[in-house]
Amino acid sequence: MNIEAGKAINTDVEETMNEEPSRTPSSTPPPAPRREDIDREDRSTVGDYTVADPRMTARQVNVYYGDKHAIHDVSMDIGRNEVVSMIGPSGCGKSTFLRCLNRMNDTIDGCRVSGEITLDGQDIYAKGLDVVPLRAQVGMVFQKPNPFPKSIYDNIAYGPRIHGLVTTKAEEDEVVEASLQRAGLWDEVKDRLAQPGTGLSGGQQQRLCIARTISVNPEVILMDEPCSALDPIATAKIEELIDELREQFSIGIVTHSMQQAARVSQRTAYFHLGDLIEIGPTDDIFTNPRHPLTEDYITGRFG
Amino acid sequence: MKDISDGHTVKRFDGELATHHQLVMEMGGLVVDQINRAIRALDEEDPSLAREVIARDRMVNDLDIRLDEELITIIAKRQPVARDLRNLMTMDKTVTDLERVGDEARKLAALVEEFWGSSSSAAPSPALIHDVRGIAIYGKSMLDKALDAFNNLDAEKAVEVIRQDERIEEKFRSALRRLATYILEDSRTVGYSINVVLALRALERIGGHAKNIAGYVIYLTTGRDVRHVDLNTIVDEVLKDLR
Repeated sequence: MNIEAGKAINTDVEETMNEEPSRTPSSTPPPAPRREDIDREDRSTVGDYTVADPRMTARQVNVYYGDKHAIHDVSMDIGRNEVVSMIGPSGCGKSTFLRCLNRMNDTIDGCRVSGEITLDGQDIYAKGLDVVPLRAQVGMVFQKPNPFPKSIYDNIAYGPRIHGLVTTKAEEDEVVEASLQRAGLWDEVKDRLAQPGTGLSGGQQQRLCIARTISVNPEVILMDEPCSALDPIATAKIEELIDELREQFSIGIVTHSMQQAARVSQRTAYFHLGDLIEIGPTDDIFTNPRHPLTEDYITGRFG
Repeated sequence: MKDISDGHTVKRFDGELATHHQLVMEMGGLVVDQINRAIRALDEEDPSLAREVIARDRMVNDLDIRLDEELITIIAKRQPVARDLRNLMTMDKTVTDLERVGDEARKLAALVEEFWGSSSSAAPSPALIHDVRGIAIYGKSMLDKALDAFNNLDAEKAVEVIRQDERIEEKFRSALRRLATYILEDSRTVGYSINVVLALRALERIGGHAKNIAGYVIYLTTGRDVRHVDLNTIVDEVLKDLR
């Protein structure tokens, strides 16, 4: 390519035309653009953390593990029929926050939670509240598929049974089939319901766990890295499932895959060192984030 | 200020963005050079230089294709988001406008070839050529400034370019009026007058493309989409942002 020669003639013509001096084609990339004036050190939440129709609300939530202050004043809503993703580097508090939403942190020694978290307006940390039904209302799907060492059928039927949602065998059959259908697993397992759940593939096991979660009619489903142990095809199936489940449930998902957050969620929350830095519509967070830390993290500029 | 391409944990991505930017600037340099050569061909009534400009349009097109391919590769490999995505989309749109400017330079060169390349056609009146030359130089100065604004992400300079676009349109309209008078006086000139209209139009478009590029720069720097917005609103809002 004869660009150098072009430049030379360019300058030549410029001189003969007696014009303003030529712009020198420079190889230095331009400086970073001006963003909104949000200080990198600012730790208050950017963006509106409320929604018009909240299912769960968290206000000024603080979590301590012993002396360690793990989460600082986090407030956010999970709306009806929406998927909210929580992203951030390891140790940012996103999983800790997620676990507060169905009191999973209660089981950890030395863990203290303050602030207010409500489900449909009711304080889930209220004295005397039974966490067992709470965890049916707010189900959790974990990173590693963890089916019970029982048959596929019993994996699903167990929950409805202990929560007294079914009384007859026919009802039980119905719940098992409906849950597996909704989790998109029915066709793959309907002929081997008596076989152990642990014999399924990883992706199938994860869908089994999702079926188990939805069998007790939850309102909110929490997912902590639900695809990190799965291959891309199994991941795609789970993501498709999440999109379908959104019609009936509210979903909070913690993920390390930013692309997954962008694909599955309607709102995204970015956590950093225990602070909720920014929250907003996923479309905005991934095209035009407002906090410099969010931008650095999602563009792969961290640390 | 931190460099727009820098700071990724994956350093190679920094390099890819910087290289892409550099290539866009090279394409800009090439296109400006094409306009300069076309203007010189017009000044010197040189059809062979004009033919050279026409042939060299291929280089512009090749760069266009190459930049497209590299953009697709970067998107596929890096899945850019936020600032990186805006940066790449700005570069992509700038490339499209630059390619069009290359076409306009070629059209001007084709006109020169038509006027002086064949013995059959009569040489046009110097008065008409004067307008063509004037608009060509004005359009080129706008493009220079737009590329400068792109290279330095200078929103203030971009606003200047957008302001200038009104001026070039005005120049275009008054040139058309002069042409109309000229044709009325001597209808035998209709043939090349039409060519002159086409050339004027091509050159006025260079200003339009420069304005587009300036708009992308404002989008990238301030996050505002200023296309299809009233000029005064742009100037007020962008300058307010910068303060």
